Order: sequence, then C-alpha cells, then structure tokens
Amino acid sequence: MAATTYLEAGTIRETRPLDTLRFSLLVRITHWLNTISFVALVVSGFGILLAHPRFYWGETGGLGTPSIFDLPLPFMLGGPSGWGRYMHFQAAWLCVLTGLLYAISGLMSQHFRKNLWPAKGQLSWKSLRGEIWNRLRFEKPAAEEAYSYSLLQRLSYLAVVFFLFPLMIWTGMAMSPAVTSVFPFFVRSSGGYETARTIHFFAANLLVLFVLVHVAMVCLAGFVQRTRAMITGRVSGGRVRP
Amino acid sequence: MSGNVSRRKLITTGLTAAAGVAGLGVAAKIADHYGLIPPDWGGIWGPGETLTYATQRLLMANGSLAREFNRSEVSKVVPVSGPQPKTDPYQRLLAGGFADWRLAIDGLVARPSTFSLDEIKRMPAKSQITHQACEEGWSFIAEWTGVPLSYVMNLVGVSEKAKFVVFYPFDASWDSLDLPDAYHAQTFLAYNLNGKDLPADHGAPLRVRVARQLGYKSVKYLHRLTLVDSLKNVGDGRGSASPSYGYSWYAGI
Repeated sequence: MAATTYLEAGTIRETRPLDTLRFSLLVRITHWLNTISFVALVVSGFGILLAHPRFYWGETGGLGTPSIFDLPLPFMLGGPSGWGRYMHFQAAWLCVLTGLLYAISGLMSQHFRKNLWPAKGQLSWKSLRGEIWNRLRFEKPAAEEAYSYSLLQRLSYLAVVFFLFPLMIWTGMAMSPAVTSVFPFFVRSSGGYETARTIHFFAANLLVLFVLVHVAMVCLAGFVQRTRAMITGRVSGGRVRP
Repeated sequence: MSGNVSRRKLITTGLTAAAGVAGLGVAAKIADHYGLIPPDWGGIWGPGETLTYATQRLLMANGSLAREFNRSEVSKVVPVSGPQPKTDPYQRLLAGGFADWRLAIDGLVARPSTFSLDEIKRMPAKSQITHQACEEGWSFIAEWTGVPLSYVMNLVGVSEKAKFVVFYPFDASWDSLDLPDAYHAQTFLAYNLNGKDLPADHGAPLRVRVARQLGYKSVKYLHRLTLVDSLKNVGDGRGSASPSYGYSWYAGI
C-alpha cells in the first residue's frame, strides 16, 4: 500500500485491463430482484384495480359519488383482488428491501454520483435534444453507450429511483389505515386517501411506461448482449473495449 | 490439502446453515410469544403477510389512533358492501326489531354473559368520525356510535390466557381480532351510524368497528363473541373466513 501512495489514482486506473466490470454485482442482483418484484407488483396491482376501476379525488369516493374517471374495465369482485393483495404486499416488501439495499450501497459506492448524475459537459439542452431526436428515429445507440449511461438514461433513471419509486411508496403508505394511524402525514401530504390511490395509479403507469421504453432500448441496442451484461456484469463476453 | 479446505468449507457452510435455520426457529418462537405472527402465516404469501403484521404491530404498539374527522366531512353516500342475510333467524329478529336478539360472550372469560340490545345501548356510549376504506378501493367517512369493545370485555372479565376475540355474525363472514386491536380505543361495538340506528344492510343490530383496518374487518350482524387463546381450532385455523376467499386475515395493510 505504502509503495503505491505516491502514484496518482488516475495513473493506476490507466494501467488496469480495459475489460472492467460494467455493472457491479450489487447492481446486477438488485436489478433482477427488482424485475421480479416489479412484475409481481404490476400484475397484482392490476388485479386489485379490477375490483373497482374508478378513481376519485380527495378523502372519499365510491359508487353513487362522482368519479374523476372510470376505466373501461369490468368490476370483478373476489378472485384477483384477493390473491392480488397478498401478492402485492409480498412483492412490495421485496421491492422496498431491494430498493433500500440499492440506495444505501449506491450512495456508499458513489454509484449515483459517478454513473447516474449527468457527467461533466453532458448536461445541455443541445445534447438532450439531439439524443431525444436519435431515440425518436430509433437510431441505434452509439457503441460507447454500452459502457456508460447516456444523458437521457441518466435523467430517466434518476427520476425513477429518486422520484417515482419514493412516490409509489409514499402514496402506498397513505392507503394503509394502520400506517397512517402512526404516520398521518403520508395521507395528509397526499391530499387524502382517494387522491393517494389516484396518484399511485398514475405513477404506476409512468413506471410501466419506463419499463417498456427501457426494454425497447435494450432490444434496439442488442437484447442478448445487454441482457448478458446485466447477468455477468461484462460487456460482450470479455472482449476488449473498442 | 485442497480436499481438506473444501471439506472444512463444506462443514462450515453446513454449520452456518444449521445455525441459520435454528436461529429462524428461535426468532419465530419469540415473535409468536409477542403476538407478531398472523394466523395465516403459512403458504406462499406467508412471508409478506408476517412481515407486514409484525412490523405494524411493533409500529402501533403505543395504541396509535386512526384519523378522526369533523361532522362536515361525513360522506353523503355510505355504500353497502354485502347485503343483510336473507336467512330465517336474522330476518325473524329484524322483523321483531331485534327485541329477541342477544349478544353472547363466552370462551376464556370469567363471566360468560348475554346482553340485549337495550342493555348494550345503556352502556357508556362513544362516537367517532372515521374513514373506512374497502379493500376494493372505495371509501367513506361516517360517524359511528357504540360501546367500546374494551368496556364489554372488562365487564365479562377476560382471562389472561386469551389472545384473540372471535366474531360470529349471522352471515358467513366470521372473523377475529388480536387483543391489541380488540382493546384499542377506537374499536367499538357500533349500533348507530350517522345518528340513526344501524340500517339492516350496514350490519344491524350490532357490528364491530375497527378503525385501523380495512372495512371487511368491521364484521356486521354480530350475535356472538368468543375469547380464545389460539385460532388453530377455530374454523379452518386461519383466523377468519377471509383467507379462504383469498383475503388476508390482517387488514391493516
């Protein structure tokens, strides 16, 4: 250790093999655990929704009171909303515990600052516009993007990790009569029980939209190669970075 | 040499796993002793259900109160979930204005008793304006008047061995509460909704009102309460009729 202290950190990095880990073990494990929990949450959330596919604003609402919108779905009593509920909360535990692990380790390892926070010179309207335009034309991402996140990726991942997921948990807590007896601020700050339910629904839709775009981008960039990278941690099976 | 190492590794791993299993077993015993294991802890949904129940029991250990509202916030519409039983004993009692109806309390109590509706109405009454959400997603705010369940339980003298109170209604939706929720300040035996006698479809003559759980826990059409030390031998052993329909026993969510 003492012998290397006079070396610049950068010098050491330069001499390391180029085929370094793209995704840390922790990011990979939490990614797949979160995949499982997210699929279970969406399926069960839809099951619960089928019991009453109507939405309200404020504290209360039900049949016989005005709704803000009705989904064109049947009212299904029993069945999906029962097992859906058991599944939803079990998956929510997996999701929250995985999320905590990811967030704490991401802060400690500076994953968020180094890999997700927009890199120097990356954040400008011009580059953002250019990137959005490339995405809209289904332009294949630059080869460089296999090794580092693009600006659009960074911004959307940050929004998902630090806004949408916390919002889902917050509005979820707001719907628990037991939790709000201890922490009433969850429901008060949400603007009421039914508002929390409506926000929960919209935020879930945004998350589903994110996943659809995410999977579409993975397919565009090369589904097998990118999925293998998220499993093994390495890009293109150990080939040297171009 | 390497064979030794891998054998040692194997033994260490085995011992660690055995210790882990034993540790889990001890943890489960302790958790059960402190009432942190729900009766429907088995099956594939058991882990999530147990985590939720145990966490919330610890969080709410100080008897936290559900939010209460002003009279101006009371909902104009109180939806009905599940109509009154059409069966004979209930319909006959309803037709007679519940004059012959009695609430029986038995099981692990010092003085098994029955009470008429008039006797219950003469007990010290309390009111609360609380929010009730159905598991389906709809909700309302209403004013409930009744006698705190804790008052009735103290009247009959609940044994120290008791851990749950079982509710028997005239319909099939029997259920049970743990004692922390049964003794909770907002758990009522309610006979009055928004200033009027409880309408038949809302659970006349008497229903329980559990403010910190979803609506299906507030059992309607009561006729008997039983104090028990375990739910294993009650019904199918999962604490209420709900798990057999796919719904969890604990509805604090």
